[in-house]
Amino acid sequence: MEPLNVYASRLVTKKEHFTPGHKACQGCAEALAVRLVSKALGKNVIVANATGCMEVISTTYPHTSWEVPWMHVAFENTGAVISGIEGGVKALVRKGKLPERNTVFVGMGGDGATCDIGFQALSGAFERGHDIVYVCFDNEAYMNTGIQRSSSTPFGAKTTTTPDGVKTHGEVHWKKNMPKIAVAHNIPYVATACPSYPLDLIRKVEKAAKMKGPAYVHILSVCPTGWRIPTKDAIWIGRLAVETGVFPLYEVTDGKYDLTFPDLELKPVKEYLSPQGRFKHFTPGLYEVFQKQVTENYEKLKSRIYL
Amino acid sequence: MRERKGVEVSIAAADAAAMADIDLVAAYPITPQTHIVEHLSELVASGELDAQYIAVESEHSAMSVCCGSSAVGARTFTCTSSQGLALMNEIVFLTASLRLPIVMITANRSLSGPLSIWNDHSDVMSVRDCGWIQIFAENGQDVFDQVLFCFRVAENPEVSLPVMLNIDGFALTHVIEPVEYWNKEDVKKFLPDFEPVNRLNPDDPITLGALAMPDIFTEIKKAQDQALINSKTEILKAWQEIGEITGRFYKPVETYKAEGAKILFLTMGSIGETVSIAIDELRDKGEDVGLLKLRLWRPFPFEELFEEIRNAKEIIVIDRAVSFGGPGGPVASEIRSALYGRNNMPQISSYICGLAGRDVIPEDYISIYHRVKEDQQKELRLNNSIYYGVRE
Repeated sequence: MEPLNVYASRLVTKKEHFTPGHKACQGCAEALAVRLVSKALGKNVIVANATGCMEVISTTYPHTSWEVPWMHVAFENTGAVISGIEGGVKALVRKGKLPERNTVFVGMGGDGATCDIGFQALSGAFERGHDIVYVCFDNEAYMNTGIQRSSSTPFGAKTTTTPDGVKTHGEVHWKKNMPKIAVAHNIPYVATACPSYPLDLIRKVEKAAKMKGPAYVHILSVCPTGWRIPTKDAIWIGRLAVETGVFPLYEVTDGKYDLTFPDLELKPVKEYLSPQGRFKHFTPGLYEVFQKQVTENYEKLKSRIYL
Repeated sequence: MRERKGVEVSIAAADAAAMADIDLVAAYPITPQTHIVEHLSELVASGELDAQYIAVESEHSAMSVCCGSSAVGARTFTCTSSQGLALMNEIVFLTASLRLPIVMITANRSLSGPLSIWNDHSDVMSVRDCGWIQIFAENGQDVFDQVLFCFRVAENPEVSLPVMLNIDGFALTHVIEPVEYWNKEDVKKFLPDFEPVNRLNPDDPITLGALAMPDIFTEIKKAQDQALINSKTEILKAWQEIGEITGRFYKPVETYKAEGAKILFLTMGSIGETVSIAIDELRDKGEDVGLLKLRLWRPFPFEELFEEIRNAKEIIVIDRAVSFGGPGGPVASEIRSALYGRNNMPQISSYICGLAGRDVIPEDYISIYHRVKEDQQKELRLNNSIYYGVRE
C-alpha cells in the first residue's frame, strides 16, 4: 500500500470540485478529506453541509469553494436536509418535472454534527432508507468553536472542556463508535477511511455513491490545531492512527465486514499518542489503559470479519 | 359548478394542499395538527396525490426536510402545532432567510407548560419575528382558500418567502363546516407551476446558506425585511384574484359592522365569528360598536389598520397569548406601537382571554364591552392587560 499512496496524486482526477482559496488552517487533513471526497463524487452531486469548520472555511459570502450545488442550513439537521433534497428530486423526477440523471445526494458533517447534535436527524435518514451518502469528517472535537470535547473525542485527550487537571486527566469517556451505530441501522454500506490513504478513501466514497439506499463513510480527519501537532505531520499521524489500530480501516457491505488491511501487525498505541500535544500528559498507566482498550476493540472487529 | 360539502376543516385543508399538487410533505404528528397529515398520507397511499410523504422523526427534521426539498424546486408543505413549532423554531427562521417558499399550517395550540393540547396563539407569537408571511383564517372555507393562496404568494418569484397559515386548533381543525371546493381549472389558473428563483442543480451550481461577516450581514437582513414588506403587493393581488374566482374577497384587515363605530373589537383567528354575534346583540341595543379581524399578521398591514380605525375612539384588542412580564397581550402591544404618535389615536384596551381553549362566549365579549365603557368614565386609565375571567 505504501508505494501506491506515493503515486496517488497521479492516479486520481485532477479536476477539483472543492477548490483552493478556502480558509482552512495549515495542514488541515479535513479539508484534504473533503477535497478527495469531492473528487470521488464528481460533478453530478448535491451536497448538504452541516455547520462547522468546513462550512465556515469554504463559504464566506461572497466567496465559495464549491463548484457543485451546495447547501447549508444548520448544525444538527444535515441528515434531514439531505433527505429533503433526495425526496424532492425523487418526486420531481417521478412527476416528469426533472430529468432522471442519477445525481448523488451527499450529507457532510463533522463529528459533533454527526455523533452528537445531528445524531437523531441522521438516524432518521438511515431508518427511512433515503438514497444518500453521508460523510462524517471526524476530527475528534468541536474544533470550530475552539477544541471542546465531543462524544467522538478519544479517551484521555485534552480539550478545552476536558483539561488535564488534578482529579481528571483529559476526556474520561471512550470514543463513541459511530460506524457501528450506522451498521446497526442495517444500511447497505458503512466504511471508515482516512485521507492518509487517499486511494482507499476515494474507492470507498465511489462505492458508497453507487449503493442504493443510505451509505455512511466515517473519515478520520487529523486536526493539527486541535491535536497539537506540527502541520507537516497530519498525514503521518493519520497513518499511525490506522497502523496502531486506534482507527481501523474497514467496510461493511450489506452487513458483511471487511478489513481494509487484513494482515496489519499493530504498532503500539504510544507511537500514535505520544507525538500529539493532546496526549502529552499521558502516564505509563494511561498508555496501558488505552492500549488494552484498542487491542480489545481490534480483536472484536476482527471477530466480526469472520462471522 | 363548484362542489360544496360538509367536511372537517383539517380534511379540507389537506384536500386543498393536494389540489395544489404538492410534491413533498414532511411532518411529525402533534395534536391538533394530526388530521391534516393523516389525510395527506391517505391521499398519497391511495395514489390520489403524487408526492413524497416523509414521516420524519421530529418537527425539527420536518422543517429541515422541507428546506432541502424546496431548495431543489419541489412544492413543499408541512404543518405543526405548539411544541412542534417551538422545536422547529431555529429552522423556521432559517427558512425565511434562505428565501424558501415552504407553506406551513400551524394548528394553533398553547405552548406548555402546563401541558395543554388546546387552542390559543402562544405558539405563533413565539415566532412573530421569524420572517415568514403569517396569516390567520377564520373558518373552514377561509382555510381552504388560504391554502391555495399561500402557495401562490410564497412561490411568486418577487416574493420567494415561506408562508404560515394559522388555524385555531380544535375550534377550526376538528369542526365540520360547509366548504366549497375549487375547480381544478381554477386552481391551475390561479396557481402556476413552481419555478424557483434558485435551484440546487448540478448543471448550474449555487452555494446556498453561506456564512456572512459583519460587513454584509446588516445589508442581507435589510433586504430580507424589505422582501417581506414588499410581499404585500402580491398578497393583495392574490386575494383579489381569489375574489374574482370565488366571489370571496379577502382583506388584510377584515371588518364587521365597523364602519363609523366608536368602539372596535380587534381579534385574530376563529374567535372573530364569536365576537360578531356579540356585535349583533350590542348593535340591536343601539351600541356603537364594530369588529376588526386581523387576517394579515406579517407583513403588518399598517395602512389598512389606519384606514379602519380612523373614526374609532377605543379599540378592544383580544389577545390569545401573553408576553410575560412585558406588555401583556402581544397583539395589543403591536397595535399600540403601530398607532403611537398619530393624531387622534384611539384608546387601546387589552384583554387576554381564551388561553388554552377556555371557552369565551358572546356574553363574555358583551361584558368586556360594558367594562370598557365603565373604564371610559374614569379619569386615570391603566395601560396594562386584563386577564378576562381569571379566578383570583
